[in-house]
Amino acid sequence: MRSFLATLLVVSAILTVMPAMAFEIDRPLDDPALEQRARDLSRSFRCLVCQNQSIFDSDASLAVDLRRIVRERIVAGDSDAQVEQFLVARYGDFVLLKPPLKPKTYLLWFGPLLIGVLAVAGVFAYFRGQRARAAAPEPLSADERARLDALLEDESDT
Amino acid sequence: MRRLIYVVPAAVFALLAGFFLAGLFLKPAEIPTALTDKPVPEFALPALHEGAQGLASADLSGAVSVVNVFASWCLPCRVEHPLLMELAKAGTVNLYGINYKDKSADARKWLDELGDPFQRIGADLDGRVGIDLGVYGVPETFFIGRDGRIKYKHIGPITVEDMERRIRPLIEKLNQ
Repeated sequence: MRSFLATLLVVSAILTVMPAMAFEIDRPLDDPALEQRARDLSRSFRCLVCQNQSIFDSDASLAVDLRRIVRERIVAGDSDAQVEQFLVARYGDFVLLKPPLKPKTYLLWFGPLLIGVLAVAGVFAYFRGQRARAAAPEPLSADERARLDALLEDESDT
Repeated sequence: MRRLIYVVPAAVFALLAGFFLAGLFLKPAEIPTALTDKPVPEFALPALHEGAQGLASADLSGAVSVVNVFASWCLPCRVEHPLLMELAKAGTVNLYGINYKDKSADARKWLDELGDPFQRIGADLDGRVGIDLGVYGVPETFFIGRDGRIKYKHIGPITVEDMERRIRPLIEKLNQ
């Protein structure tokens, strides 16, 4: 009986400690509004290790560290822009999953629009050319004109 | 107009082929540091070896210095280590180490085994200084000018080729 109790004690001790250990890695903030902000913000930063995952989604240890930093900055009273600034200063624009709009990225942002405009212009030009051809048939060549003249002359004789 | 039917697809193909060819030689895993030509962010790390001096940002100006971020759990660090030993022997730069997210005892054992090329080693136990420096993996190696500004960051293990092509000329230039 005593050994059973001892086992129970050990097992329950392990069970209570285990979740606590799990939380050491990613401890959510007590204030749900701040925690929500931290999560939303974490979704907008690229994990530098896995590159196409956000730090919110990634399990890389750097992503865990960066999530902790995002929470710390928010608790310290940083605005979202300030947190962003903090990470960009260390890792550059690449850390942002949504690239910022600036002269270097104009081609990235407006390139698809440019290609769309060119495509529409191309389609217009093509159909206008076709209609113009249909409206004005090609002029007769010298050879054809001669044959036509000959035919007309034949007719006027009879 | 009729000739365009032949020219346009050929031009589009050539353009795409050009992009793909260039893409073959890109290294998307290497993100150039945002700190190029900026002063080293301020930090002060405790020493890895007991009784030795720690490493602080203040140590990184006045002479050309190289800071290697390493860990005993990092296999590529082992690969580049002999080159760091050589660099230390050449004595052209101040060579420092940052032990990144490591158990200090493991790191000391690792250095006992492979040799310790570093003049000073700071222990960055929680990786905080690493983040301030924009480290996102080990090994990374910073090259810092006399003015205390970061000139270049090498990402991943240094190979013999990197050493000859990039690093030795860079060190020579910084030492001028």
